[in-house]
Amino acid sequence: MADIVLDQVTKRFPDGALAVDNISLDIADGEFVILVGPSGCGKSTTLNMIAGLEDISEGELRIGGKVVNNKAPKDRDIAMVFQSYALYPHMTVRENMGFALKLAKTPKSVIDEKVSEAARVLDLTQHLDRRPANLSGGQRQRVAMGRAIVRDPAAFLMDEPLSNLDAKLRVQMRTEVSRLQRRLGTTTVYVTHDQTEAMTLGDRVAVMRNGMIQQVGSPQQLYDRPDNLFVAGFIGSPAMNFLPSVVDNNTLHTPLGDVPLTGRLQRALERAKAPRDLIIGIRPEDFQDAALVAADEQSNGITFRANIDVLESMGSDVYVYFSKDFVNEVKSAELQELAEDSGSADTGGGDAMVARLDTVTQAAEGRDSELWADLRSMHVFNPVTGKNITLDEGDGRAASTGGQGASTATDTAPGAGSGRVPADPGTGSSGTPRRG
Amino acid sequence: MTAVSAPPTTATTKTATRRTGTTTTGRQKVTWGAINFVVVALALIPVLWMISLSFKTPSAVLDPSFVPAQWTWGNYTQILQTSTFVRPLINSIGIGLIATFISVVLASMAAYAVARLRFPGKSLLIGMSLLIAMFPIIALVTPLFAIERALGLFNTWPGLIIPYVAFGLPLGIYTLSAFFREIPWELEKAAKMDGATPFQAFTKVIAPLAAPGMVTTAILVFLACWNEFLLAISLTSTTAARTAPASLAYLSGSSQFTIPTGPIAAAAVVITIPIIFFVLFFQRRIVAGLTSGAVKG
Repeated sequence: MADIVLDQVTKRFPDGALAVDNISLDIADGEFVILVGPSGCGKSTTLNMIAGLEDISEGELRIGGKVVNNKAPKDRDIAMVFQSYALYPHMTVRENMGFALKLAKTPKSVIDEKVSEAARVLDLTQHLDRRPANLSGGQRQRVAMGRAIVRDPAAFLMDEPLSNLDAKLRVQMRTEVSRLQRRLGTTTVYVTHDQTEAMTLGDRVAVMRNGMIQQVGSPQQLYDRPDNLFVAGFIGSPAMNFLPSVVDNNTLHTPLGDVPLTGRLQRALERAKAPRDLIIGIRPEDFQDAALVAADEQSNGITFRANIDVLESMGSDVYVYFSKDFVNEVKSAELQELAEDSGSADTGGGDAMVARLDTVTQAAEGRDSELWADLRSMHVFNPVTGKNITLDEGDGRAASTGGQGASTATDTAPGAGSGRVPADPGTGSSGTPRRG
Repeated sequence: MTAVSAPPTTATTKTATRRTGTTTTGRQKVTWGAINFVVVALALIPVLWMISLSFKTPSAVLDPSFVPAQWTWGNYTQILQTSTFVRPLINSIGIGLIATFISVVLASMAAYAVARLRFPGKSLLIGMSLLIAMFPIIALVTPLFAIERALGLFNTWPGLIIPYVAFGLPLGIYTLSAFFREIPWELEKAAKMDGATPFQAFTKVIAPLAAPGMVTTAILVFLACWNEFLLAISLTSTTAARTAPASLAYLSGSSQFTIPTGPIAAAAVVITIPIIFFVLFFQRRIVAGLTSGAVKG
């Protein structure tokens, strides 16, 4: 058991590429922290630095209070689960799981006992004498987990451990990993590119991009209060819809319609010295079929007509996709990157808007429908820096409850406190794209 | 291989090539059978002639018939009783095994570095080893002779082992690095995380997985040492270090005035036996070694 502290850690490869740029992260003892981001964002490099498989160029890494920058992996007392599982093909499951203990010259009886115990927990007892080649994907994954837990290490590091499993097994193993971590209470750092995994597994999630941590917070915090465009677009499935908007003469012109600028938003814009051109972000669930919205609610948002391209019925909800061609292309380095990464996103990315509607909606494919967008929980971003302007409001905490007050027709009640998001190093600044 | 380029009639060629080898037409079978037979016969007749010679009596050496009129083991008993051949045979086995062992150990370390690490001068190292492999040995014989004379290595086992290791290394590095490259790097990382030192990671995880590659390399290097003639004849002067192929020239007949054709043939057969044995039993491994890295899987 130990805490892990990354203190201004930087990784520069010999060819000059900057993979990890001055990140700081405190991981408490027993915490489950997820590093998430698109490929090439430096999350695996960060994990390898914690593991000791990569040297740290600058900064300090402390595990359990001790600086371990120059310690070999074997002296750090951490176990790692690899994406490919990296099971030793020439050893049986028993030998695989006991290998670390054998190297540590643990007495044979102790090894047997620990391996049997781990095998029991992971339901591998009947496979102990088989070789990895004869196991299924899920079993191999469990052996890899078993190899980590028999050592009873100070921390677990997991590098996309579920990404080689098929979708159904992955969901199953996800709960398994979560249960195991709670049961053992071991500090865990988990790397993934899948935001769903990040949201469901972690106590805290660190979103990374270009070697920098964009934001650290609980999954709900990241979802409700994204610091910048990148986090807003990365977290959430389907992704947030982004629309270019212009502030002019106390009015916010959005492609969906014009709304008067509220005093609160105006103050936020002034404080942030925001340009006239902005990007607004609306989550799919903030849309609704206009017919289903009570008349007194309608004033909290915009009602607009859209032609429904595709309608997906999920049973519990209906997703409708409508064309955004009435919208000028949203330009931002961060959105560009998200679109490139959208292979992992559930929706087509920047091409269409998506709205989650109630199942009783009358909307149908190929027909015009009247939709309503709730603007109370709308986010407003500076397209240049990518910063979430609405969060810079003094009463930032109110935002998380939906009472953001931004551009709603009726000014909502002032927020409770002045709780600001703790500023993280490297937050927001959308520097020139650097890929590790 | 048999059916791919068969040209008899356009129609049959097409279907045959599409079906690959196994279902050739009767006519193609005959054509290819004949061609194969000629090629194999050309290659094997000298070998068979040599075997035949080795069983002939000294007086029948000039007998043109293929099958000996009178079979005799005399040539074999004769060469296996003289130290002129037995001692070189022992030399060959000893020098071959030692040179192979050293080559494989050094080559596996070097190949591991070549496959895994990025270090300055890596391409130079690979280039140098390739250069050594390509270098005409005849150009090196004279300087090597002078060097070994000066160092007192001439006509000793180390005097042959050292050059054999030098020429075996490039071959070993090439084949082994191809094998190492196929071992996922994550296994080694996993071993490190499990608490292994780099040496333990190599000996307990990487080397067992590369064992097939090492066996293949060992066979190839041993065969090269076994067959080597030029250095063996140039860097030795007595049976103290002379290897079997070089000793053939020093065999004598049953009397001083007999041409030792029979004993030479018998010795050649004895030298060939290990090669045949190796090739038959390790055919697959040798092919795997020669083509490793060329095609994936």
